[in-house]
Amino acid sequence: MFDFGIITKWIHDWLLSFMPMGLATVIECMLVGIFIILLYLVVAVIMIYMERKVCAAFQCRLGPNRVGPWGTIQLVCDVIKMLTKEIISIRSSDKFLYNLAPFIVILASVMAFSCLPFGRGIEVLDFNVGIFFLMASSSIGVVGVLLAGWGSNNKYSLIGAMRSGAQMISYELSASISLLTIILLTDTMQFSEIVMRQEDTWFIFKGHIPAFIAFVIYLIAGNAEVNRGPFDLPEAESELTAGFHTEYSGMHFGLFYVAEFVNLFIIAGVAATIFLGGWMPLHIAGWENFNAVMDFIPSIVWFFGKTLFVVWLLMWMKWTFPRLRIDQILTLEWKYLIPISMLNLLIMTIVVVFKLHF
Amino acid sequence: MKKKRGYIGSLLFGIKSLLTGFGVTGKEFFKKKVTEEYPDNRDTLQISPRFRGRLTMPDPSKCIACGLCQMNCPNDTISLVTEMITDKETGKNKKVLVSYNYDLGACMFCQLCVNVCPHDAIQFSTEFENAVYDRNHLKLTLNKE
Repeated sequence: MFDFGIITKWIHDWLLSFMPMGLATVIECMLVGIFIILLYLVVAVIMIYMERKVCAAFQCRLGPNRVGPWGTIQLVCDVIKMLTKEIISIRSSDKFLYNLAPFIVILASVMAFSCLPFGRGIEVLDFNVGIFFLMASSSIGVVGVLLAGWGSNNKYSLIGAMRSGAQMISYELSASISLLTIILLTDTMQFSEIVMRQEDTWFIFKGHIPAFIAFVIYLIAGNAEVNRGPFDLPEAESELTAGFHTEYSGMHFGLFYVAEFVNLFIIAGVAATIFLGGWMPLHIAGWENFNAVMDFIPSIVWFFGKTLFVVWLLMWMKWTFPRLRIDQILTLEWKYLIPISMLNLLIMTIVVVFKLHF
Repeated sequence: MKKKRGYIGSLLFGIKSLLTGFGVTGKEFFKKKVTEEYPDNRDTLQISPRFRGRLTMPDPSKCIACGLCQMNCPNDTISLVTEMITDKETGKNKKVLVSYNYDLGACMFCQLCVNVCPHDAIQFSTEFENAVYDRNHLKLTLNKE
């Protein structure tokens, strides 16, 4: 299987051949930053296109099909439209916080995005508390949402922001506990290590029942954390117009929109990495020939294939279930998901202690 | 009466009903899509037979010029021009149709005229591309086509 570490090492050596270490590091950091931002944009466009097509298929329609082949140019047109729209500044808003909020949301999203291992050797942020860092940085998004609601000086925005704040903070708990369940099994928080430990079997098969329960809980909590699916309370149009981004227009709104879709990708990417083996191909212990065939598929294809599959699952959830009320959302979290995930953690502990896993 | 369920019971019931929902939409995802790509599929377009496109009179000889359609039309869309002729053999007076004037622009496609017609002389066709450049083109004479 091709290791992208070879390419990065080659670039590193080439830069070092004619410049000092410090300058080479700065240039590499800039290159990585550009790579991450470009990939972020590409993922956002792919996600929005996929959302429209999958949503259409679930509603028995075709979706965008006029602009370009299968409607692929439609997204480019949408982006251009969004870029050319005016950013309206609200007279009695808190100007500084109002303009700061979308950038905090996008910052949190980019930070979490760069934690994902995209393929063998493509790991941007990879250190021993990776999952911890990911959960922490994605939680910063809540601050941005609250600031957006507060800064726009609008009752709908404020109520929407309080609701999504309550929802995102609550669901962080069960998402983290279900990730902890798998950390129990791996005894590491480093993403590259987690992927390497799944060389023989993916964790969802290795940890069987508790891992599957954790997977389901993580998908539910993740969907709620990115304010999507049946949990899109802040966007309850009939009662809150558009929630915390009511007063935003143009590219400021675009940043919220893009962050929402990439957050969905991040949730799916983490689920794919932790439970479905990340870029690791499907290996079955003992079947050497089968494993060798699976290794021919590039690691990037494995990662994006699994992630898009999880995204598809989340979209299936979104387009199937009706929206929940705020009290129902909090009941689901505090009375059902947290007790179940804690019990699940206990089961996983028993499984690990008595070596009941595969 | 609705059965009262406990904590575990309601949880299991909830999971079961959510899975049912997943089943329904999952089937929908793989179904053939209902979207009609209209201008592209003009040749193969299927319109349901009861669609009311425009009024037609397939066989003018069926019309007995009774005027029921004209009286029932809420918009005065239909106006009949008739004349009395005397049948030479029997010597009886008979009302015959001269021209059946129908204003497509005023029609609201309520189908009252078709329902009331005693001899099924008029009916709606499924032809729906009714746009013209001049309003006068919408004034049709159905018995002379």
